[in-house]
Amino acid sequence: MAMNDELRELYQQVILDHSRKPRNFGELAPPCAHVHGDNPSCGDEVDLYVRFGEGGEINEIKFNGQGCAISQASASMMTQKVKGKGKPEAAAMIEDFRRVVMGDQEPVEVDRLGDLQLLEGVRKFPQRVKCAMLAWRALEQAMEKGE
Amino acid sequence: MDWASIREEFPILQQRVKGGRLIYLDNAATSQKPRAVIEAMSRYYECDNANVHRGMHELSGRATAAYEGAREKVARYLGAGSAEEIVFTRGTTEAINLVAQVFGSAFLQAGDVILLTEMEHHSNLVPWQLVAARCGARMKHIPVKDDGTLDLEVAAVLFAEGGVKVAAFTHISNTLGTVNPVVELCRMAKEAGAVSLVDGAQSAGHLPVDVRALGCDFYAFSGHKMCGPTGIGALYGRKEWLERMPPWHGGGEMISVVRLDGSEFKPPPMRFEAGTPNIGGAVGLGAAIDFIESIGREAIWEHDQVLTQHLLGRLAEVPGIRVLGQAVGVERGAVAAFTTMAAHPHDLVTFADERGLALRGGHHCNQPLMRRFKVPSTARASVYFYNTLDEVDEMIDIVKEAVRFFGGLD
Ligand SMILES: Cc1ncc(COP(=O)(O)O)c(C=O)c1O
Repeated sequence: MAMNDELRELYQQVILDHSRKPRNFGELAPPCAHVHGDNPSCGDEVDLYVRFGEGGEINEIKFNGQGCAISQASASMMTQKVKGKGKPEAAAMIEDFRRVVMGDQEPVEVDRLGDLQLLEGVRKFPQRVKCAMLAWRALEQAMEKGE
Repeated sequence: MDWASIREEFPILQQRVKGGRLIYLDNAATSQKPRAVIEAMSRYYECDNANVHRGMHELSGRATAAYEGAREKVARYLGAGSAEEIVFTRGTTEAINLVAQVFGSAFLQAGDVILLTEMEHHSNLVPWQLVAARCGARMKHIPVKDDGTLDLEVAAVLFAEGGVKVAAFTHISNTLGTVNPVVELCRMAKEAGAVSLVDGAQSAGHLPVDVRALGCDFYAFSGHKMCGPTGIGALYGRKEWLERMPPWHGGGEMISVVRLDGSEFKPPPMRFEAGTPNIGGAVGLGAAIDFIESIGREAIWEHDQVLTQHLLGRLAEVPGIRVLGQAVGVERGAVAAFTTMAAHPHDLVTFADERGLALRGGHHCNQPLMRRFKVPSTARASVYFYNTLDEVDEMIDIVKEAVRFFGGLD
């Protein structure tokens, strides 16, 4: 039976590629901000490590984790996109990404999300939104923590 | 047995969902309802509805007769000594909380031991944790071996260490499918001077249960997992224990005399049923029992084994598969929890759902057991008597396809 379009949209090749070969996968040695995020109901886990520069910009970022293709791909793609960004810009990207996957509001500046826009397919799968958001919630917390 | 026409009694199964014919394999979470149950409940609300034990009018009499008639049915179904040993609850979880809280507050003291197992559903673990924290009791857990069975040698040691006042264990694991040796465990509890509670959520609708043959003091189950409605289940409690236990919730129905400064309580089971009960639910549960008994629990259990063995045998064909629990060939509950190398359970379940195949993914309210087997989550297929070998085959095709897709081979 052919796969239906909604599934193909959810699991695009780029997303599957990131989930199989996650980028920036690993840990950072301290000092850095370390946040553990999980979705206990499905067993997704992400450990995010962020080292901020003098001006609060994201100098280095890595993640470790296990979970579904959506949670792991979202984490992998996020680390690539937010690296080098200052806190205000990263915060704006978090909000834009949330809008992309929730589909409730228009993102402000969608272009800088790049491939992350491919996760838009999650909109049709409300139970999967929390998978896509897992790493982003961890990033939000890491930015609050600073260091 | 004409399983095909039995299946026709379940209206919900005759539909298409998303991309395909509905294949419902999430029966361990809740079963579907036959027409007989749905109609019995409508008939009750259309013809007989009133409050029980209160109004002195025709309808109240009928409602009371229906409610108490359902209690009689449950008592017979479980082999209880009498209907007085059956307390209606919202389900297994509430039944276990009733015992944990009432028995715990009346009879447990600091240092006493509550003995459970590593495979308990959260609803037979968390209520005891709450009680233990309050009264200072200790908790111990019979370990689960790699093959998914309980380590009875360690169980004997844990009983021998002394202090065990309550032993509570599941009859059939909702994740491993293991059928526990409850007769032996109840005997061990009795010899240790402990009361025993059997979590019957996964057994009540699947195999013949006789609480006196099991030798348990308490047995808890849910109607919704055995063709009945949600919101109704029951606790069987041996008369000697129920009579010694103080009330749980206070309110109407459970009292005999109320004064401003104190009250007297009814004997069990009414003592534990404060407030207007789920009368329509009890009627539905009674109809579910009739339906199951018209097929026969021996036949259901035999059919469970045919479907489950087929499921396990075919799952073995899937590349990178790991099924938790005992291997093919052992009598087991109608569930298979599994992981695959390529497809994460959550992705697999989403993939399946798009074909109309209902599986469950996650920890199945068994987080400690997931940790024990070092898996963050699993996918789970669970069958009931209305499922078919064809449905299992279709499921296997979908799982194989998902494995190819997520593994990058498609
Ligand atoms: C073994 C076991 N115990 C307890 C429960 C809890 O049942 P309920 O949610 O109906 O109270 C379940 C099912 O969810 C179960 O499978």
